[in-house]
Amino acid sequence: MTAWAPGALAPRPGAAPLPRMLAAQTVAELKLVLRNGEQVLISLVIPLGLLVVLITVPFIAVDGPRADFFVPGVLALAVMSTAFTGQAIGVGFERQYGVLKRLGATPLPRSVLLLAKTLAVLAVELLQVALLSAVGLALGWDPRGNVLAVAALVVLGTAAFSGLGLLLGGTMRGLTVLAAANLLWFVLLVLGGVVFPISAFGAAEPVLALLPTAALSSGLRDVLVDGVGLPLQSLVVLVVWAVLSLGAASRLFRWE
Amino acid sequence: MTAPALDVVGLVKSYGGRRVVDELSLQVRPGTVLALLGPNGAGKTTTVEVCQGFRSPEAGTVRVLGLSPRDPALRPRIGVMPQAGGAYPGLRCGEMLHLVAAYAAHPLDPDDLLERLGLQEVARTAYRRLSGGQQQRLSLALAVVGRPELVFLDEPTAGLDPQARHATWELVEALRADGVTTVLTTHLLDEAERLADNVVVVDHGRVVAAGTVQELTSRGSTGQLRFASTPGLDVDQLLTALPPGCAAKESPAGQYLVEGPHGAAIDPQVLATVTAWCATHDAMAADLRIESRSLEDVFLELTGRGLRP
Repeated sequence: MTAWAPGALAPRPGAAPLPRMLAAQTVAELKLVLRNGEQVLISLVIPLGLLVVLITVPFIAVDGPRADFFVPGVLALAVMSTAFTGQAIGVGFERQYGVLKRLGATPLPRSVLLLAKTLAVLAVELLQVALLSAVGLALGWDPRGNVLAVAALVVLGTAAFSGLGLLLGGTMRGLTVLAAANLLWFVLLVLGGVVFPISAFGAAEPVLALLPTAALSSGLRDVLVDGVGLPLQSLVVLVVWAVLSLGAASRLFRWE
Repeated sequence: MTAPALDVVGLVKSYGGRRVVDELSLQVRPGTVLALLGPNGAGKTTTVEVCQGFRSPEAGTVRVLGLSPRDPALRPRIGVMPQAGGAYPGLRCGEMLHLVAAYAAHPLDPDDLLERLGLQEVARTAYRRLSGGQQQRLSLALAVVGRPELVFLDEPTAGLDPQARHATWELVEALRADGVTTVLTTHLLDEAERLADNVVVVDHGRVVAAGTVQELTSRGSTGQLRFASTPGLDVDQLLTALPPGCAAKESPAGQYLVEGPHGAAIDPQVLATVTAWCATHDAMAADLRIESRSLEDVFLELTGRGLRP
């Protein structure tokens, strides 16, 4: 090993321009998601497999064409998987490994860190929507409605689920987060109108409709199946979840 | 005198009603290396974490490079190596260093840094698959890659093999030569002896001693001179030649010990008498040394020998 040249380590502090930090951090966050087997499983493999099985194997009866019912439900599941489950587990372990603490002592502002996480989530969601739509179309999906309404639902759903994911991942220990996030994922999958309509739960329906997953899945169905222009109830429910969860997360989130 | 790079005055921090840092004060001059020594649980890491802005002080003031530890303007100017962890387990070693380098306006060349710390072979290995020593070296690289003015290294060589320890020490010495201030917490007294301009010994959240290594080790010196020579020399004759109050003995054979007059330090007079006495016997005085205490002796005297929880 050669010795250090005099002056090689002379201080020259300074923060990089914000766009450079944001780009580097977003690429890192994306790599972390796409390399993590569990996250790929829960964000891509399970939703795709579930979509194919639900459409092709008629063990759950639905009104109308099967693809038209299940594609919106699985899209809601995909958003929940990435924004909520994936983020909660990711953040939980990053805290446990002291990564967020170490980053707190670097020039990277926390706002840039959170923005990079959001951009990575949106990028994964784009991939999910593209793959699920392609599979759905191949299996006879016939979407209707306004693409802007779909985008609004997905963005608000992402905000609500990110808030919940950061709240869970930012307050509990890594393994607790892992267990809780997976359990909630499954509960919301069953109760959130993904695989059966929430009307199947009878008197519980008005309460279940307030779940973020149910709001997203029924909102997406209103638009994509019935061509509703503005699924007001779903949008309101998602806005309330987003405000409450992001507000609570920003108060309670612990970086270590 | 220039303003200190780190200025801590009367710092207090408690956990669960117990004061882990108790009115602690210390200053670090720019461009010097300070070693913060102390047993486990002495309050070293808590002190450093307040300086890094991770914890807020309960009382007292802390100024880092003239700024509050929470000031965002401070972030690019300091580098932090935590005791453990601090990297994405799923990123590769090289990716992690390039990522943190991308936060800095004028970073060091990450690939050069990897090579100098012997990490180029594992640059494409995921962080979680690195050995403990490799993780430590990456953590050190992450602390310095942004070219900070002040670095905090928390036990930087814990668990390193001798080669990696020396590479770390050379880096700290090069940082010092280039005017970077270093605050080093360590258990390793030889590390402090080699690297530190100043040492602060902390116990029970308080400073129990501070000064240069030499000041600490020479304080209360017992004044002993040891040497090896031909066995069976006439010690009584030496005693009569020495100033009054000195002691001399041979134990074991061929190993001689002379104590200064009434326990005082060995003075040039004593040394001259001993060498002259050897000359009259045509004997060489080999391995001659005037004992001073090691930093370890001082440390154990100050903090006691009891094991810490």
